[in-house]
Amino acid sequence: MAEYKKGAIFLVEGTEPQDVFIPEEFTEEQRMFAKTAEDFVKKEVIPKSDEIEKKNYDVLVSLFKQAGELGLLGAEVPEEYGGLGLDKVSAMLISEKLSCGQGSFATTVMAHTGIGTLPIVYFGTEDQKQKYLPKLATGEYISAYALTETNAGSDAMNIKTKAVLDGDYWVLNGSKQFITNAGIADVFIVYAKVDGEKHAAFIVEKGYEGFSIGPEEHKMGIVGSSTCPLYFDNCKVPKENLLGGEEWIGKGHLIAFNILNIGRYKLGMACVGSSKYAIEEAVKYANQRKQFGVTISSFDMIKEKIARMTARAWVLESAAYRTAGLLDAGLEALKDRSPAEAIAEYAIECSILKVFGSEILDTIVDDMIQIYGGYGYTEEYPAARAYRDSRINRIFEGTNEINRLVIVAMLGRKAMKNEIPLVQAATQVGKEILTLMPMSLLKPGFLAEEKLAVEMARKLLLMVAGLATQKLKDKLRDEQIVVEALADMVIDLYAMESGLLRALKIAQEQGEEKAKYQAAMVRYFFYETFPKMALNANKVLCSIESGDMLRTQLSVVRKLTRWYVPGNPVELIRTIADKVIEEEKYCF
Amino acid sequence: MKAICFVKSVPDTETRVKLAGDRLDKSEIKYILNPYDEFAVEEAVRKKEAGIVDEIVVVSMGPARAQEAIRSALAMGADRGVHIEDDSLDGSDAYATAKVLVEALKKEGGLDTFQLLMFGQRAIDGDTWTVPSMVAEMLGIPSVCNIVKLDIDGNKAVAVRMVEGGEEVFEVELPAVFAGRKGLNEPRYPSLPNIMKAKRKPINKYTLADLGIDAGTVGKAGSFTEVLKYELPPARQAGRKVEGEPEEVVEELIKFLKEEAKVL
Repeated sequence: MAEYKKGAIFLVEGTEPQDVFIPEEFTEEQRMFAKTAEDFVKKEVIPKSDEIEKKNYDVLVSLFKQAGELGLLGAEVPEEYGGLGLDKVSAMLISEKLSCGQGSFATTVMAHTGIGTLPIVYFGTEDQKQKYLPKLATGEYISAYALTETNAGSDAMNIKTKAVLDGDYWVLNGSKQFITNAGIADVFIVYAKVDGEKHAAFIVEKGYEGFSIGPEEHKMGIVGSSTCPLYFDNCKVPKENLLGGEEWIGKGHLIAFNILNIGRYKLGMACVGSSKYAIEEAVKYANQRKQFGVTISSFDMIKEKIARMTARAWVLESAAYRTAGLLDAGLEALKDRSPAEAIAEYAIECSILKVFGSEILDTIVDDMIQIYGGYGYTEEYPAARAYRDSRINRIFEGTNEINRLVIVAMLGRKAMKNEIPLVQAATQVGKEILTLMPMSLLKPGFLAEEKLAVEMARKLLLMVAGLATQKLKDKLRDEQIVVEALADMVIDLYAMESGLLRALKIAQEQGEEKAKYQAAMVRYFFYETFPKMALNANKVLCSIESGDMLRTQLSVVRKLTRWYVPGNPVELIRTIADKVIEEEKYCF
Repeated sequence: MKAICFVKSVPDTETRVKLAGDRLDKSEIKYILNPYDEFAVEEAVRKKEAGIVDEIVVVSMGPARAQEAIRSALAMGADRGVHIEDDSLDGSDAYATAKVLVEALKKEGGLDTFQLLMFGQRAIDGDTWTVPSMVAEMLGIPSVCNIVKLDIDGNKAVAVRMVEGGEEVFEVELPAVFAGRKGLNEPRYPSLPNIMKAKRKPINKYTLADLGIDAGTVGKAGSFTEVLKYELPPARQAGRKVEGEPEEVVEELIKFLKEEAKVL
């Protein structure tokens, strides 16, 4: 198990490899969970992909119920309510495997097990839990989450749906939009404002008087999943279906934010599964497709794509399971808080996973299409569907723009409340930065350049964040370009460090020889990503400073980054790609 | 009645076989429960669900990883496991393996206890197809291999096996050995609750000494066959296309069949 760490503490201090959880440490039981989920998707779901994509909901629902019978939907529901009450690593592993090849099915399942079910798990009253959870855990009921409205997307606080108490019923009026699972769900978590003012959430069942479901959206991707608007016309919701009971009137937005944290890490995890699927299909095709008399996987430009798809997916996987380990350790250590509050401690990590996962996946499916060439542009192969299905991930569960704002805003809050010593660390870096000589700190050894690169990346981020805060003060939050660059630095730091720690841990436990592909992936990823730290730092500094001061600051950025000598990209690409091409799958 | 299923841990079906010299390179192999054994376990579990069988024991001989194969069978619904692990077993051929399995059966109560002895028809690694029949022969009981249907009525069983162009139907008295193949049933996916329950199901561990077997009679020493070396099959050659006018093509083809393929 991973060591307990405070949320976002990685910004101010390093982590030892032995303190992170890595996928190489799955238990026998976890591997068996994964096998059931993966076999189920590969043998039952993917063969029915065409039917699912035709919006044949009978097929989709019947697969959903089958997944329920196998226990695949109950991982995060406590045992006393008919679930399995598993740890987050197990739950996320199951999520990953359920997302390995059929995006519409994965979306349906994730919306149900995550944002559809967990509001009741974490915030429901005892009666609500007993009434709904056993049926949600087994898939007897399908759930949906209804927050978004026509004029309240990212601006989620601005919802207009209104709830008024009338005797034994809440009367709901308003509408919701883009609700995943709407057409097939039995239970909806619906956000509304009590008396038009106080945020709250309600459990609404299909068939309640005054509740109707609108027509299906015609979507770009995840076409086989259901997405419809909901209409509430004097909809009568039993009084006891106010989620969490009366004490939660006026705090519904807290439920929404907490549940979104969970939706975000699950989405990041789903991107791991989708990434591996894309790599596996693409490399199989590259090994079979011949041009100029040889398989195209023998060409370096195809190898480059395979290598970067794999290295990025591997780093994403490292970050995702590191986060899962953090969540498990946090849930254990923060038992005095509610589970949702314990998870909220890691809101920054959840947002990082969401943004990083969805953006990595988009680059991977893009490379996938390119490997398939003209065939990738047809529906004959899975590439086109994977490409379309990937795109939504940057939009739902909070757009990546919103998540970048969240990352920086949460950091500000943590610094202000002194939950992590961000100000002190930034001050310290400010003091030492002028005399710091990175090269003098470089020691020989396994991934030594990369270890130092992570330390320098952290200092760079602290320096830049410190300068931006000093300069802009309260206005920082309105400077979105600066915020975006800072968020990207946070994401890149977490990603680089996660990959590095995993490779180091494998090397520590199994020897450096066993970690040679992992080391190559780390070096390839750093080759791509470490220079981005400098670019984003420059972007922030050039936006807030000018003249000689800026010149001095930019020279510090150069000092912290230019010493780094990346690996030979041709060698790294061939090392990684040749292995994947030989194994014909994601094999790490 | 009680059923006993003999299972094996084998390399995953997606494994790319690699050699280190003339030996198998096992360093990167992922192991699974032999897929044919799943038919055997599934059939036993169905017989239990039908009220015919009241206990299912899963037996595997092999290194530590064999326990994972046993655990997979337990997660499918078997009740308990038996794991025979001993360094001296390394190099056992089908005959030596059958001997050990017979002793393990006897240790667990023998044919007085078990009436239904289930196998997969073959293991996808060694692929000898012979262990089930050998075990039956050693025990002096009937065996029906390659079965696609198994009905049990009292102490009789009717088993159907596929033969070229049709089916053979056997009626045998129990106890008997049955080896299943694709078509016997559709093995279930172990559900997550059953995987969790499997963790708590007992697995008895035996060494050769526990079974009263002399190390010299099993392993390499006790085997009739020995693997001398492994070779990969030659890579498939690209096909050749004969092009031209019909007369020329025919002539060239005949020449090829006579001189190169040497079939005419």
